[in-house]
Amino acid sequence: MSARAPFLRIEKMSMRFGGLTAVDNVSFEVSRGDIAALIGPNGAGKTTVFNCITGFYKPTSGRISMAPDGALPDPAAIDALTRSGRRHRDGLYLLERMPDHEIARAARVARTFQNIRLFAGMTALENLVVAQHQPLMRASGWSLLGLAGAPSFRHAERAAVARARDWLARIDLLARADDPAGALPYGDQRRLEIARAMCLGPQLLCLDEPAAGLNPRESADLNRLLRAIRDEFGVSILLIEHDMSVVMEISDHVVVLDYGRKIADGKPEHVRADPSVIAAYLGVPDEEVAAAEREIGA
Amino acid sequence: MEVFLQQLINGLTLGSIYGLIAIGYTMVFGIIGMVNFAHGDVFMLSTFIALILFLALKQFLGIDSLAVSFVVVMVASMALTGLWNAMIERFAYRRLRGSFRLAPLISAIGMSIFLSNFAYVAQGPRNKSAPPMLTDVIKLTEGGAYDVTLSYKQILIVVVTATLLAAFWFVVQKTSLGRAQRACEQDAKMAALLGVDVNRTIAATFVIGAALAAVAGVLYMVYYGVVNANDGFVPGVKAFTAAVLGGIGSIPGAVLGGLLIGLIETFWSAYFSADYKDVAAFSILAVTLIFMPSGLLGRPEVEKV
Repeated sequence: MSARAPFLRIEKMSMRFGGLTAVDNVSFEVSRGDIAALIGPNGAGKTTVFNCITGFYKPTSGRISMAPDGALPDPAAIDALTRSGRRHRDGLYLLERMPDHEIARAARVARTFQNIRLFAGMTALENLVVAQHQPLMRASGWSLLGLAGAPSFRHAERAAVARARDWLARIDLLARADDPAGALPYGDQRRLEIARAMCLGPQLLCLDEPAAGLNPRESADLNRLLRAIRDEFGVSILLIEHDMSVVMEISDHVVVLDYGRKIADGKPEHVRADPSVIAAYLGVPDEEVAAAEREIGA
Repeated sequence: MEVFLQQLINGLTLGSIYGLIAIGYTMVFGIIGMVNFAHGDVFMLSTFIALILFLALKQFLGIDSLAVSFVVVMVASMALTGLWNAMIERFAYRRLRGSFRLAPLISAIGMSIFLSNFAYVAQGPRNKSAPPMLTDVIKLTEGGAYDVTLSYKQILIVVVTATLLAAFWFVVQKTSLGRAQRACEQDAKMAALLGVDVNRTIAATFVIGAALAAVAGVLYMVYYGVVNANDGFVPGVKAFTAAVLGGIGSIPGAVLGGLLIGLIETFWSAYFSADYKDVAAFSILAVTLIFMPSGLLGRPEVEKV
């Protein structure tokens, strides 16, 4: 597999709720090993795009193709799969045809939520072990062997716990492994949710406002964690974020939405200088931007 | 004093049986928020399964060893009752899961009526009796106004209940199935995203609940020696009361509630009136719901604002 080759492509995706067009003809790509940020003012359709990719919504129109273990094939191959009416073939998946749990399992897209959805009554460690349910269930023969104390189950269980503890150590929560997740401070819960998503062994991690409500020190910790995920595990990240210090510092690629349409797409330094992005954030009418552009000779 | 001691023994025995049934109510409520009104009748069905298996073993296979037939009957009843409940869940409840809240509840009441009538038609209206077994008793006190006895059956019931509860506790706390169940209980959608097969986990919950009810059914058949198609409803509602008293959704609560209901019922019969023992048990249901809706060990629902 080649680095930096696109492995997720969203093409002409629209999502309408009754008369409201939340996402209008949006296309972009995410490359392997990238941290891509989806930004835009409130109500721009960012979370809707997320929900379409992760299968919470079925887009009204458009195509989302993903090659979790390699790079996307040439467009003709994708078209052939689309025509065949199937959901996947040869490691290529059409996410708009798949239900959410299948996207998580087969296409290996993991996500976190704007409002944290940890299992509050279970311990921090258990939250991470639950995410490894699939392999554990297979190893334990539907718990029947586990009940009988079969060695394969004990081995798998030990491996799952070791992996969970490894992640807890990474996010500095090893000391609180046996505390209920709901009792942890907010910032710790955010990192725990990311660690839980990583325990699924994803290829793409979708984070919905991971820095929301974090103080500056916690944001810095988060940046470090996200870079580690990309650099050590080779997992690509797509994130929605309002905190520009996070976006500009860590992302390789920024997509800007406004009123459901894509208005910019590129490297963070280009997007930051893009007058239409500035206008979208500051609410300047387009004519004024055009006039300003003429004045500065852009 | 003798009466008190004897009733304490009897109450704990009866309470163990209620506790085993109550777990089925509380687990199903915990995971899908539905009161499975057919659970009492599933218990009744298991008493018949146990009796038929017991007689068949004796009649056709000529197994006379009580220990062997008890173990075989126990395991086979757990498996068969679990299968029954899995089918009930598959056909009567699963399709209604996304429907309005009352739909599965009504379906459960229908299933309850179906099961008791099915047993009535298939097995007839009269009591079916099992041959007496384990009739030995240990005399704890002698020479007073009244001999306090502890029968082998009662020892068996308490020991089997305690053993199976320990095994069950291990499943819920330590295995991946138990973790998946607790995860589904808290957020089924999220659990699905983490690779948990929610439908299968719910089906497993029904199977486990039915298996515990079958343990109660076998013990009930051994203890009372008779089974009847109408014997599902009242023990079922009492076990439900036990689950509510202990805090519905809480597994230790169901066991505690079962023991308490068993004790209250036997003490009431001994000191007041045996005719009104059901009144005592059901008054507890009303009083608990009014004054302590979250039960003894249940977590009150606190809404964060």
